[in-house]
Amino acid sequence: MGVKLLLDKAHVEGIRYYDVYRREGGYRSVEKALKMSPADIVEEVKKSGLRGRGGAGFPAGMKWSFIAKPEGVPRHLVCNADESEPGTFKDRYLMEFLPHLLIEGLIVASFALGSNATYIYIRGEYAWIPDILEQAINEAKANGWLGKNIQGSGFDCEIYVQRGAGAYICGEETALIESLEGKRGNPRIKPPFPAVKGVWDRPTVVNNVETLAAVVPVINMGGEEYSKIGVGKSTGTKLISACGNINKPGVYEIDMTISVEEFVYSDEYCGGIPNGKRLKACIPGGSSVPILPANLLFKTAKGEQRMMNYESLSDGGFATGSMMGSGGFIVLDEDQCVVKHTLTLARFYRHESCGQCSPCREGTGWMEKILKNIETGKGKMTDIDLLWDIQRKIEGNTICPLGDAAAWPVAAAIRHFRDEFEWHVNNPELCLT
Amino acid sequence: MSQFSEERLAKVKEIIARYPDGKQKSALLPVLHLAQEQFGWLSSETMDYVAGLLKIEPIEVYEVATFYSMYNLKPVGKYMFEVCQTGPCMVRGSEDIIEYIKQKLGIKVGETTPDGLFTLKTVECLGACGYAPMMQLGKHYREHLTKEKVDAIIEECRRNAAANN
Ligand SMILES: NC(=O)C1=CN([C@@H]2O[C@H](COP(=O)(O)OP(=O)(O)OC[C@H]3O[C@@H](n4cnc5c(N)ncnc54)[C@H](O)[C@@H]3O)[C@@H](O)[C@H]2O)C=CC1
Ligand SMILES: Cc1cc2nc3c(=O)[nH]c(=O)nc-3n(C[C@H](O)[C@H](O)[C@H](O)COP(=O)(O)O)c2cc1C
Ligand code: SF4
Ligand code: FES
Repeated sequence: MGVKLLLDKAHVEGIRYYDVYRREGGYRSVEKALKMSPADIVEEVKKSGLRGRGGAGFPAGMKWSFIAKPEGVPRHLVCNADESEPGTFKDRYLMEFLPHLLIEGLIVASFALGSNATYIYIRGEYAWIPDILEQAINEAKANGWLGKNIQGSGFDCEIYVQRGAGAYICGEETALIESLEGKRGNPRIKPPFPAVKGVWDRPTVVNNVETLAAVVPVINMGGEEYSKIGVGKSTGTKLISACGNINKPGVYEIDMTISVEEFVYSDEYCGGIPNGKRLKACIPGGSSVPILPANLLFKTAKGEQRMMNYESLSDGGFATGSMMGSGGFIVLDEDQCVVKHTLTLARFYRHESCGQCSPCREGTGWMEKILKNIETGKGKMTDIDLLWDIQRKIEGNTICPLGDAAAWPVAAAIRHFRDEFEWHVNNPELCLT
Repeated sequence: MSQFSEERLAKVKEIIARYPDGKQKSALLPVLHLAQEQFGWLSSETMDYVAGLLKIEPIEVYEVATFYSMYNLKPVGKYMFEVCQTGPCMVRGSEDIIEYIKQKLGIKVGETTPDGLFTLKTVECLGACGYAPMMQLGKHYREHLTKEKVDAIIEECRRNAAANN
């Protein structure tokens, strides 16, 4: 059994409610934090090595220390609960089952950043979760952890829950900010980063749900102790949402020292592939990271065992590696068609492009169309090269990384499964239409 | 007429109070959700009403209502089946579920049954990939779908509709 810092209490009956949560040691980190200075809290988070769990892995403490503090301008903390990357459903699990853990982390982070009004932006489809969060907020407030003069500290804080309305792009932090301002979710050009100019042009820190929940063990244990869990720059624990062709889909907390192979086959985690089938491929970090064939998933190109952490998953770069991303672990067995799976992802990105940049707006549509042709047996050999060409022209030429996110899965599928694309071109009569 | 009840107007006020003075436009998405809850969809009359409530231009409301996929710009059935079709759900059999619903309700994707009860829609990943295949039905998710489960859900909707009439 690996170390559990977030989900250790997830199965305690009634943990969703304040009394049980508090009895189990909840809100201790707030008690501790309120006795510290905000700068010291930021220092602890820096020491912990905690990296953003939304996908980019940017060090949380460093981001907090970058927040601008112009005289007389309010600052805000915004929790990114937009979770829409295919394969990713870990934040939902935290919010549904451990709402107080998130609220606790939000209070500590709000105090450290000086946010008196903190917003949770949650995807609109998670329509039942705001009720759970609001109940937790009300309970916290009734017990003096939110509102005016929290626990006599002189610090005031309110947390509000805002629902999106169906748009993947609103998970991108600047699109999220636009949406929170009541606009279309069109990403802004960075820099300026939100830490300098965010919601209503005020300094804003946007952090993922899991990052903010992880602040609780960081403060409880101290940054130094937290940093001892894991390996290298992959400190602490990570939630992985596992899905696809595995025996035990679900959300798992791992310490980042286990191997990918153990994660897939151990009964503690995915429990192997159903019906004795072989694993064909895996997208280890949410739909936008490169797909890996089984041989590169379990071993790096150098022949070393691949581990479930930031460094090891990206070992070999895009040629032979992938990324930890958002922790959405998608497994495909030997019966799955990589072309078809990639087509569903291409359709996803075409549907979700905000349309501001032409390479992304047009390119995602072209990629979907060509993939559809290949998949249904109407493709030509030159289409495979054309597809490669289009994804190259999108990557790096857009305002936000959604363009890259759309390009990478297509590139990796061609890189590692070109024979499968060619098979479709050569065997049109065998393609299902 | 598109008008909020007193209770909903109080809720709008409460939402506006969450933002700094003069930033009431931030309430737009939540208020459109409230409007859709009440009227089922967003007519231009409703959107104009919302613009008035928030003291913004109607175009600012249209821009937003057309951008987000959850806002209905035309009437939909009483029960909307929104079935996820993205990769992780596809590998767990979402296509069969969509086919089955089509056949069972006698409609294509995007259509509403003649009695106005059911609309079938395909959607992209809803964050339930580990519990696939799945669909959204109103406020909640229905997960681990099978043909039997789909039958039961349709029955349940028919019963609820009959009970509410
Ligand atoms: N969880 C999910 O559902 C999804 C996650 N993603 C992930 O999102 C990632 C891309 O996210 P981005 O925010 O575009 O990455 P990014 O690398 O631009 O930024 C990461 C974070 O660090 C901050 N930051 C970076 N440099 C900074 C500086 N100099 N000063 C202040 N703050 C700074 C940014 O504001 C942001 O909060 C992808 O890698 C992908 O894995 C993508 C889609 C969905
Ligand atoms: C297209 C796109 C979608 C994103 N969606 C999410 C999301 O749903 N949740 C999330 O936390 N971060 C998402 N991100 C990353 C955010 O922009 C940002 O990096 C993150 O919220 C920062 O939090 P962290 O540092 O705690 O990870 C997305 C980025 C892109 C480009
Ligand atoms: S890359 Fe795509 S989603 Fe991002 S801003 Fe450009 S068009 Fe919009
Ligand atoms: S792919 Fe269907 S819920 Fe994620």
